[in-house]
Amino acid sequence: MSNAQFEIQLIASLVAIACAIPGTFLVLRKMAMISDAISHSILPGLVVGFFITQDLNSPLLILLAALTGVITVILVERIQKTGLVKEDTAIGLVFPALFSIGVIMIAKNANDVHLDVDAVLLGELAFAPFDRLTIGGTDIGPKSLWVIGIILLTTIALLIAFFKELKVSTFDAGLSASLGFSPVVIHYGLMTMASITTVGAFDAVGAILVVALMIAPAACAYLLTTDLKKMLGLAIFFGVFGAISGYWVAHWLDASIAGSIATMLGVVFFLVYLFAPSKGLIAVMYREKRQRIEVLLLTFLLHLKNHSEVEERHVNHLNEHINWQKVKSKTVLDLALKNNMILINNKIVSLTEKGDEFTSQAIDYIITNEDAQIEDMKKHFFLFRG
Amino acid sequence: MDNIKNAHSKEKTPVSPSTDMAGAGVIAVKVDDLTVAYNYKPVLWDIDLEIPEGVLMAIVGPNGAGKSTLIKAILGILKPIAGSVTIYGKPYHKQRSHVAYVPQKGSVDWDFPTVALDVVMMGTYGSLGWIKRPGVKEKKAALEALEKVGMLPFKDRQISQLSGGQQQRIFLARALVQDASIYFMDEPFQGVDATTEIAIINILKELRKAGKTVVVVHHDLQTVPEYFDWVTFLNVKKIATGPVKDIFNDDNLTKTYGINYKVSVQK
Repeated sequence: MSNAQFEIQLIASLVAIACAIPGTFLVLRKMAMISDAISHSILPGLVVGFFITQDLNSPLLILLAALTGVITVILVERIQKTGLVKEDTAIGLVFPALFSIGVIMIAKNANDVHLDVDAVLLGELAFAPFDRLTIGGTDIGPKSLWVIGIILLTTIALLIAFFKELKVSTFDAGLSASLGFSPVVIHYGLMTMASITTVGAFDAVGAILVVALMIAPAACAYLLTTDLKKMLGLAIFFGVFGAISGYWVAHWLDASIAGSIATMLGVVFFLVYLFAPSKGLIAVMYREKRQRIEVLLLTFLLHLKNHSEVEERHVNHLNEHINWQKVKSKTVLDLALKNNMILINNKIVSLTEKGDEFTSQAIDYIITNEDAQIEDMKKHFFLFRG
Repeated sequence: MDNIKNAHSKEKTPVSPSTDMAGAGVIAVKVDDLTVAYNYKPVLWDIDLEIPEGVLMAIVGPNGAGKSTLIKAILGILKPIAGSVTIYGKPYHKQRSHVAYVPQKGSVDWDFPTVALDVVMMGTYGSLGWIKRPGVKEKKAALEALEKVGMLPFKDRQISQLSGGQQQRIFLARALVQDASIYFMDEPFQGVDATTEIAIINILKELRKAGKTVVVVHHDLQTVPEYFDWVTFLNVKKIATGPVKDIFNDDNLTKTYGINYKVSVQK
């Protein structure tokens, strides 16, 4: 691995971490689309900044572009507040307008500006190691590494300082306001940081990938944990994984690094979506199937409890009595046997003590709907999980 | 607050309304000429209201009467277009530590990645102020509050895995941990089971006994005389406010709900 390769992966990883942190809060605040809006509408700010500074990594350019990001958020909120259109419509109105202004500005000044639309959309990560920062003649690394490094350190410092405030205002804005943590201040703080990160990452990975890096890792993490700190950790992990694996996929396919990273993030999300232990598609399907069978089991046990007559409890007659198909009856019988809830003597089914108790408890729960009683049952049966 | 530790009892017989009257004329919350508007349409119009210290007060009124808005305006969450609010004679932002707020259960996303204990800990954030983190003391207070509402066994439960009644108890615990003088609660009985409703009202009555002021947005008119000693009728304008035994009558109900209201009120 050459030095340039290492530097590209390092930059991509730092960008991924810097994006995953605000991304986690955007996902939890159901504001994922606002990152898309910001990433596009910072373009005019970027172009104006470039006219002034002639340097894509200048701090002034980053601040100007970030300001356009915050203006986007304000415009979207203003339009939404009129009550004439919904939030998604407002987003769809604002960012294409700002983005296209940027596109026209680039086109009109194509001769003077070393900026093209491709680079804006997809970034030029492969060239990042060539733009070096030198101080007093000494090479201290690629400029983008320094830019994103400083942004990342700021993000982490703010996250540590205001973690509690971010958490409470994201979960419960009303409480946050009543406690004196202004949700408006925190909201705009987060939006400013998201805008700055977007601009900082923009040069390296482009407008589209910034969105992928903000949203996909956080969405994966959301499916895997019920703890905000772990969610942040996992989002960072997925972001870095996507960045590094994406780089090597691009290397192998000889394709765009940004595109490969975004693709890898998509693949990772698809896998998490399928296989996440409790929220994943397969887990949910499995649970629903279990629940269906458990409802059948309960129906069957109730039948046994209600009928002491032998003819109602003969294995071969179960099908007729409860009107089930053979396969279904067998599944239910097996489950009941496995749980020691029934005994089969000479093809006559009867409830065991455990089965009887379970049925009584279940009836009790269904009638009273009291939570306390169900706690024990919940541990053993999917059926009664909220 | 120690005397409310046993408030969570499963006793089904409701406690009879307290006969002891509100404190000797101290005004806990004073609202003057308050008008609040959404998009230039007033939802609260020229409200004057005094809430005496030590009452357990219901705010009743039809949907859209501005009940939640009144609480939010008192707490500074909504900015009024006119009027003022004082808590013990001072503006709200100077009295935050004396006030606890329980928003409507439906106002938050219960899929948020956190556990019951953590939600209760949020009640301590106000006294910590910006940046400072909760520590051992805050955790201990949160555990005590969970114990009071009978939710200690669920402290590590993901909040989406709690029933509606349990979620409401968590919210109540979060308010208790603030150890405030005045409690504002927005429909704490919405979507909770009978056991939880009794547990909550018993805790509120204990709070009143401890000299706290409790203000509750309430929907079930039948239970007003049983649960509360003070009531405010609200329908965009204030209709009436005072002791339940004096003003909870068909006349005020009719004025508030607009139809000829006949609830047989047992006094």
